[in-house]
Amino acid sequence: MKRNSLSVENKIVQSSAAAKQPKLGFYSSLNQSHMHTVLLDWGHLPHHVVLRIFQYLPLLDRARASSVCRRWNEVFHIPDLWRKFEFELNQSATSYFKSTHPDLIQQIIKKHSAHLQYVSFKVDSSTESAEAACDILSQLVNCSIQTLGLISTAKPSFMNVSESHFVSALTVVFINSKSLSSIKIEDTPVDDPSLKILVANNSDTLRLLKMSSCPHVSSDGILCVADHCQGLRELALNYYILTDELLLALSSETHVNLEHLRIDVVSENPGQIAFHAIKKHSWDALIKHSPRVNVVMYFFLYEEEFEMFFKEEIPVTHLYFGRSVSKAVLGRIGLNCPRLFELVVCANGLQPLDKELICIGEHCTNLTALGLSECEVSCSAFIKFVRLCGRRLTHLSIMEEVLIPDEDYSLDEIHTEVSKYLGRIWFPEVMPLW
Amino acid sequence: MGVNAVPWLPHSPSLKECVGRRHDAPRRRPGPLVPRLLHVGINRWRFLTLNSCLFVIRGQPADVFPRLFKEWNMTKLPVECHSEPFGKEGDAAIKKLATAAGAEVIARMSRTLYDLDKIMELNGGQPPLTYKRIQTLISKVEPLEIPAGLVTKTITSEGIEKCTTPLSDDHNHKYGVSSLEELGFDTDGLSSAVWPGGETEALTHLERHLERKAWVVKKSSSLPLSLYEQLLWREFFYTAATNNPRFDKMKGNPLCVQSPWDKSSQALAKWTEGGTGFPWIDAIMTQLPQEGWIRHLASWEEGMKVFEELFLDANWSINAGIWMWLSRSSFFQQFFHCYCPVGFGRRTDPSGDYIRCYLPVLRGFPAKYICDPWNAPEGIQKVAKCLIGVNYPKLVVKHAEASHLNIKRMKQIYQQLSQYRGPGLLASVPSNPNRNGSFMGYSAENIPGCSSNGSFSQGSGILHCAHGDIQQTHLLKQGRSSMSTGLSGGKHPSQEEDTQRHQVHKIQRRS
Repeated sequence: MKRNSLSVENKIVQSSAAAKQPKLGFYSSLNQSHMHTVLLDWGHLPHHVVLRIFQYLPLLDRARASSVCRRWNEVFHIPDLWRKFEFELNQSATSYFKSTHPDLIQQIIKKHSAHLQYVSFKVDSSTESAEAACDILSQLVNCSIQTLGLISTAKPSFMNVSESHFVSALTVVFINSKSLSSIKIEDTPVDDPSLKILVANNSDTLRLLKMSSCPHVSSDGILCVADHCQGLRELALNYYILTDELLLALSSETHVNLEHLRIDVVSENPGQIAFHAIKKHSWDALIKHSPRVNVVMYFFLYEEEFEMFFKEEIPVTHLYFGRSVSKAVLGRIGLNCPRLFELVVCANGLQPLDKELICIGEHCTNLTALGLSECEVSCSAFIKFVRLCGRRLTHLSIMEEVLIPDEDYSLDEIHTEVSKYLGRIWFPEVMPLW
Repeated sequence: MGVNAVPWLPHSPSLKECVGRRHDAPRRRPGPLVPRLLHVGINRWRFLTLNSCLFVIRGQPADVFPRLFKEWNMTKLPVECHSEPFGKEGDAAIKKLATAAGAEVIARMSRTLYDLDKIMELNGGQPPLTYKRIQTLISKVEPLEIPAGLVTKTITSEGIEKCTTPLSDDHNHKYGVSSLEELGFDTDGLSSAVWPGGETEALTHLERHLERKAWVVKKSSSLPLSLYEQLLWREFFYTAATNNPRFDKMKGNPLCVQSPWDKSSQALAKWTEGGTGFPWIDAIMTQLPQEGWIRHLASWEEGMKVFEELFLDANWSINAGIWMWLSRSSFFQQFFHCYCPVGFGRRTDPSGDYIRCYLPVLRGFPAKYICDPWNAPEGIQKVAKCLIGVNYPKLVVKHAEASHLNIKRMKQIYQQLSQYRGPGLLASVPSNPNRNGSFMGYSAENIPGCSSNGSFSQGSGILHCAHGDIQQTHLLKQGRSSMSTGLSGGKHPSQEEDTQRHQVHKIQRRS
């Protein structure tokens, strides 16, 4: 360690003498007898200074720094540094990433579980990783966790853990924390009874719940959450558990304003799931209660399954079609989605969507982001659309092959025209095809 | 007075400088012992070495060259500048050896249109990460030497006649091209090369390419990329790769988003053999080893290695670049969707002819089911004499699940990089850190002119700009960057940390 004299010499000497250092007897006696002559070094920085520095270091550097001297080692274990932790659990056979070292995990559970407030688990696609995560969860008994995230980075490995093992681990945290405000448990086997336990212990604090693709949850389970957790502001779930009752519960007088509702509409096999309708009246109630709510819908359906969607007005703000969507449905969107803010279409087909796009441009006056790929729009229609939207289009992501040149416009002219209306330089997206 | 010039990987610009005087110009090629080339597959090896007059010297260039300088009395060594990192190291080493032996090294660029270092210099020392960016930069560089300027120095037949290549009787024994068997390839059952190589072939191909349409007819009215544009793409990838020896890897590659791609050798093997159960993919993977042409799309590193082995024309940087691009690991374009093998096949090849051509087992299926035969009723499968699961593999992955998962994962990753927490999908794609030439990441100047629409709370309140070259006209009020409880996170330091260090602002959720 370099020995530099610090400009705040006197202050530091005084504070270090005053600081309680029962273990560093040698140093304190040294300070007392050589108050003005001792060259101060990094080892004598006060704890709060070292702490501040440590807060900027990634864990590994911090751990190394903690081996430098006892004082720094003490700082390493100050609770402030252990409020937030992300456990990374990977098996080398299935992942390119390293895992959090098991010794470190043990140390955290032993020394710091009481300090943990923001905890997340990142697991790869192997069942062992998910099970390891559950094991850690079951040991977090003396914690007051506020944020919990179970994140599958690849295939949903939590689904391979036995339901009972998972649920019992999860409920340890639900019961003991009593101050959970944000929970992300997508792609897990969480079930209705665990949600009841969650509600029983955390109804005052819960603000965010993300549980899309959780097949063991029913509409009753989520309704229970909505009824009791009046502070819930963000919710992510699958369409099949969305009901009129749920929307009404979220719009009850005592409930806070909902900020974010994300709905995944997913089907696996064509024609096997019949989707139920949500009444317009329920949507209206939601908007009346929470006029600024974002309603995000991700569709992964086959074309024939869209039958009953967009037949009436729906307050969706962000629409994403992950598979093909028909021309007819796109036509309905223009007429029934007045609050639309972002539209992303991954694929449509070979028929031009001119009319549909212009309809959207005319009616969706809040639209600011559009993404189109694997579909066709004539250049003239596209220009007309851009002219209708003007500068509010901040994100315009159009694959080049979508735009079909016609008598009025070629691809080069498109670029200049659109740039003119948008007020910035714009190019379509190009992909190198060899 | 003769001049002995030995072109290393011969090509025109530096060779031209040597021709014009009488000299011996044996053409040779050093034994390639770069580990990568162990991936070279059968088709590619044939393509490169047949139909040309080569001396193949076995051994490391560093060992072999000093001996050859002396033996052949070389006075000039024309070389092409390598832009790829492993090549650059080699270049430097050889230059040292040559000057030590008294031979003049004449280095010229031939692989790329432009001087890549110059391009990067114009971009603040970084490779441009969007195609639009490289277009802008090139407009600032001097125009290319027009071919006419080179014509006067073209290698004329008179010029080359004065060059002789001394060939000893035992040339083939000493310097002949390694046979396929020698290199360890299994040549039993190999059909004759469908794509003969050599310069004459290349020129014929070029002519044909300029007039041919792609195998998959896009749409009659859309324009194919011009040859110049395609060359520019090549330039783009070369530039990105030139200073990045880890361009073809995920870890340690600053350009590559650290995606947690699943390692699954089982799935990969199925894909390589054309056994995924998706006819569109399987047809492509059947065509590839048979004929050697790449059909793109498919973890990208492993995909890339497979393709490098099987693909004829695999320039390293382009290969890596395309793979990264198509698997959306880098270059931050808004490829927000996965190609659906069923839908894509249906739209581009509605009659199913391509699939039928390369997967004869599926010929019996009607067009309606050729792209997704697993959905065909059993009766139809029987008539087609092809039961899914018996005569043709079942699906290796459930695509519906996979595409849904993929978009969630990509959004997760993008969110981590861009720190965007709002509901928008397009907005979560991180912006190009190279804008304005400085590697500032997501600095203030990158915040777009977008409306923080009064009627909707955006969570973070900011939509990040995700389009490369947009001129900033105004800043938006942004969330205060702060260290939340002072932690940089308890993670294991991974490559993600490097990317995150480039981020200047953390956007906080507004509650």
